[in-house]
This record gives sequence, structure tokens and C-alpha cells, in this order.
Amino acid sequence: MPETNKKSDTSESESYMTMPDKRGHFGTYGGRFVSETLMGPLEELEKAYKKYINAPDFIAEFEHDLKHYVGRPSPLYHAERWSEQLGGAQIYLKREDLNHTGAHKINNTVGQALLARLMGKRRVIAETGAGQHGVATATVAARYGMECVVYMGAEDIQRQAMNVFRMKLLGATVVSVEAGSKTLKDALNEAMRDWVTNVDDTFYIIGTVAGPHPYPAMVRDFNAVVGREARQQCLDQAGCLPDALVACVGGGSNAIGLFHSFLDDKEVSIYGVEAAGEGIETGHHAAPLNAGKPGVLHGNRTYLMEDEYGQIIETHSISAGLDYPGVGPEHAWLKDTGRANYVSVTDIEALQAFHDLTRIEGIIPALESSHALAYTSKIAPKMAKDAIIIANLSGRGDKDIHTVAAHEGITL
Amino acid sequence: MSRIEACFSALKSNNKKALIPFITAGDPSLEMTVELMHILTAAGADIIELGVPFSDPMADGPVIQRASERALIHGTNTDDVFNIVTEFRTKNESTPIILMGYLNPIEVMGYETFVEKAANAGVDGLIIVDLPPEESAEFAEVLKPHGIDQIFLISPTTQGERLNRICEVASGFLYYVSLKGVTGSNQLDVKAVDDKLNEIRSKTSLPLGVGFGIKDPQIAENVGRVSDAVVVGSALVERIAEHADNGEKMKSEVSSFIGSLRTALDSIG
Repeated sequence: MPETNKKSDTSESESYMTMPDKRGHFGTYGGRFVSETLMGPLEELEKAYKKYINAPDFIAEFEHDLKHYVGRPSPLYHAERWSEQLGGAQIYLKREDLNHTGAHKINNTVGQALLARLMGKRRVIAETGAGQHGVATATVAARYGMECVVYMGAEDIQRQAMNVFRMKLLGATVVSVEAGSKTLKDALNEAMRDWVTNVDDTFYIIGTVAGPHPYPAMVRDFNAVVGREARQQCLDQAGCLPDALVACVGGGSNAIGLFHSFLDDKEVSIYGVEAAGEGIETGHHAAPLNAGKPGVLHGNRTYLMEDEYGQIIETHSISAGLDYPGVGPEHAWLKDTGRANYVSVTDIEALQAFHDLTRIEGIIPALESSHALAYTSKIAPKMAKDAIIIANLSGRGDKDIHTVAAHEGITL
Repeated sequence: MSRIEACFSALKSNNKKALIPFITAGDPSLEMTVELMHILTAAGADIIELGVPFSDPMADGPVIQRASERALIHGTNTDDVFNIVTEFRTKNESTPIILMGYLNPIEVMGYETFVEKAANAGVDGLIIVDLPPEESAEFAEVLKPHGIDQIFLISPTTQGERLNRICEVASGFLYYVSLKGVTGSNQLDVKAVDDKLNEIRSKTSLPLGVGFGIKDPQIAENVGRVSDAVVVGSALVERIAEHADNGEKMKSEVSSFIGSLRTALDSIG
């Protein structure tokens, strides 16, 4: 791990980097809320994860694959033209879009697949919304020679035909989930049902920092390479730490990946950007940290979008990857402690940022990442010209071309 | 003595096994749920397990998922479930009722409020599928003064220290999940169930119920021979769904199915 050039101010309070506690709790969030059958397997997974996460051989193989297969380190790119046009802070983009398969998701699937192999599991399963995590899982399954089954909501299968075909090309079986709202949350339920049934030979690769302990911590640790690199790159390129970090938050894996190495650098402001959809006030959004309340879903306690009786309600975002009614428990805790700020931008604002970055910097961002960019464009003009923002460009936008075209009434 | 304790003690002195049917509250309707509960007891049910519908029933197979969805589409909420129990209690003071559901609807209402309402309605036990003992200390404190049992599940993957701990904190009875899988699964192995129940018996004197995969009188009888109670869910809920448009037929089917399970269990002797 890179050394710190500049000492951060830790005198005011204790570290933010020690969570979760032994039982997987981030303050009152997180934990392990699953049916009895999964408790044993989760303990087994936790043991394996704790054993290998600090084992030199495992770290060496993980880093080798990140370098030679994923293509890390990803650049930290100074978006000079865009910064100039906005007229304020200097914006640096962490280019996770340049990774193999086009997003940060592969950092985590490489890590979990290596772990699965060490645990002797020959079959991996995953849930996916837009298909990015499904593709990243099918990719590593192909590479490590594992059987792969991906659960995907029937609605999402309709909307993301290209990713469905990519997964099939990679040898995965894609199972259409017809239950509930037929989207990501239902795919996660179904993957859990598969896992509980086939737990002896199956490893469940969860795609975000949610789920029962140890998933939120484990997925964070595999994605934390994003922030470790960005922190060192910023010190090398700009000579100082950034003033602010910005990342989009659905489940929150790219965000926690960027944020984690900076949590104790208290002079660095942190912004997580949720999807406000058609506007928070319309109710058609996917912003549990902004407009939800704490509850229990998918194995952890966190902020949720739910009705007055605790039934989970449907979410809306133009970005399928943010269309989730919960959020990783560490984000819930960072919100309550005040260490990170959680804000939101609408579909329209995200689309504007999508076009801006494409035309000004020649980079087509994912609609998810466009939420982070939209918020960046709001705060940058209010900051000094020597201030620095790092925005996580968590994925590339090729997959979203159809969505953007359809939104503008264009048939491809 | 609680209703659950009284029930098992009476069955034991008559050398009988407990029959525990599961239905989802609000499927096909609130009124019909109350009627069905009376039909279940008349046909030989000893305890009733009432499912509290949830939008994301992670541990349930397709049959109970769909029942939950139907109940929610009809607008069934947690207060309705309490009203069903209250209504049932106007005519039946003795049959224990266990609510089975997921934690989030309880969290939203607040532990205190939920438990108070449950106690007032006449609920005897709670199975909260996604609240393992590790996370339930706070809830247990709230339950204690109300005399409601928290019924824990034990599964084939429950081993060692965890099994000991569950046996220590459990009350009412223990519910053994017969297989790795969701409700309504297929491949129940009576020998494996028997082995695990013997292991559990060495650690607790609580009655042991078995559920997941009990779909006909023969399986019920086989499992009844090695346990104290059998739970039947998906096979019953499927019959309710099948006759959703014909209430009379539904009631007679439910009655004869439960009757056949009763006969099978009573043949063990």
C-alpha cells in the first residue's frame, strides 16, 4: 500500500477505517440478517476472507491479476478543458472506465473468484441489474474455468440485451427472475435462494458493498485499490491531497472503493451522489440515504426505500446500476457520523453531464458515473482554481448508448 | 403455562405428534384467512403458522413468494395480520398461533409496538426468518415480559457452538429446516433428519418440529416418526392458490388435505 506523504489530521477523533466491528456492524448498520442455513456458510466465508486478505500469496496473485488482466493502475486524468469551462476547481477523473470489462466491478469479481477457488468452490453465482456485475463475474468465471449462473430481473433482461448476450458469450447461464418487481433486488433474492440450496459447491459473488457480513467489508477491500491508487496519484501529480471526492452511490461499491483510503484525511470532503430520478419530491427516485430510513434488507441493516409497513418500494433511475432500494451499510454509517455527505442529482442533470464530458473531454461516461460528474459540475465553479476534485469515472458509457438515444427519441 | 407449552404437553401425554400448517395472511383475503384458520383446527391442526407477507421473501420458494405477492396486492399490512389473529381468538382461545415473517416490517413498526400488538391480538410465538440469535438480543429483551416465544430455526448447516447457543436461547419449540434450500423444496431425507434431530435432542428438551419439503401424508408420517411436530406450508398454500376462484372448493380441499395429514400422523401411535 502506498505511503502517506502528508500526515492527515487524526487528532480530533478516532479513525474511520476500523469498521466493521467483529460482528460485521458499522455502528448500528450492517450485521448478518439471513436465514439460519446461510449462517454457517457465512462464517466459513468470513474465515477464508480474513485468512487470505492479508496473506502475501493471495495479495500477490490479486495484484498480479489486477495489473495484467484488469489493466491497473487506472489513470488519474486531469480534465483540463472541462475544469476550465466550469471555471473553478481542477477536476481529476479516476478512470475506472478503462478497466477490462469497462468498470470498477472487475476489481471485486477478480478478488472473490480467487477466494472461491481457494475455498474449493467450482460454481459461482451473481445477481446483476444493468449487467455490468454479471459481465464482470462471467468474465472471471471464464478465466478461472468456473461454472457461472447470473440472476437478472426479467425487466432488466429486456432493457440490457447486449450485456445478456455478452454473458452468454462468456459461457454464463443467465436466469430471468420473474418475481416481485423483476429488477435488481429480486435478482439478489433469487441468487440468495440459489446459494442457500447449493451452498456446498457454490460461491455467491455479490456485486456491491451490501449483503450480510462479510460482504460489505470484503467487497470494499477488493475495490479499495481505487482510492489507494487515486490518493498516491494525486500526491504525485498535484503534490497534495484533493479537496473533495465525488462518486455515485447505488449499492455504493465504486464510492466506498474511492473513499476508503481518504476517510482519515479529514480535510478531504467526501460526496456520495444518489440517483434523484425524476426528483426526490416526485417519489420516483433511488435515493435511500436522502429520502429513506433505516431497516433490514438483503442481510444487512441500512437505509432503505420502503412504505409505512416496511415493504420495499420500487425505485427509479435512468441508470440501471443505481436502481436499488438499499445502500451499503458503511455509507449509512458514514452519513450518520457526518464524515461523508450524501447528495443527489436527477436523471436530467446526469444526462447533461453525460453529454458535457463526451463533448468536452472525448470520454463517454456510464450513466451511473454521470451522476458523480453532474454533482462535480455543481460544486467545481464554487471552489478556488487551485482546489482539486477527484470524481470517480466508475464505468464507460457504451452500454448506455441505447438508453440515451431512446431518451432523446432516436431509434438506433 | 403458555399455549405452545400446553399444546405440546397435551400431545405428549396422548402420544401424538403436532401438526402445524402454514398459510399466508391475506391470501386469498383477510376474511378467508380467518375462515381457513378455523377449518385447519377443525381438520386436526394443533398450531397455526401465519405468514406475514413481505415484498422480499428471500428464504421462500415460488409458492409462498406468490402467496406473499397476492396478499400484498390486496393491501394486506401488519395491522391486518393482528386483526386476523384477534378475530380468530374470538372463537378459539386455545390453538397457539405463530407469526412467521421477515424483520423489516417489525423494524419499521418498532420492536415495542409490534410485540405489544402481537401480544394483545393473542400471538404465541414468532419466527423471524432473517433474525438469527446473533442479532436478536435486543428483540429478545422486548419479547420477554410478554411471554411470546421466539422460535429459532436450525438447519443442516447449523453446527458446533452455534447449535449449542441456539438451544440455549430458544423457547417454545425448535424448528428444524429439513434441507438446504427454500420453502417448498423437494429432496427431504428422513434418515439425515433423524440423525440431526438426535444431535439436537442431546442438547435440549424442547419439542422439535420439522418443516421444508413435507408435501404429502406419507412424508408427514415418516418425519412424524422421528420428530415432535411437522410443518406443512407450500403444499397447503398451493391448494389455496389452485382454488382461489372457488371458495367452497378451497375450503373442502384444505380440510381434506389437513385431515389426511392428521390421519397419517395419528397412525404412528
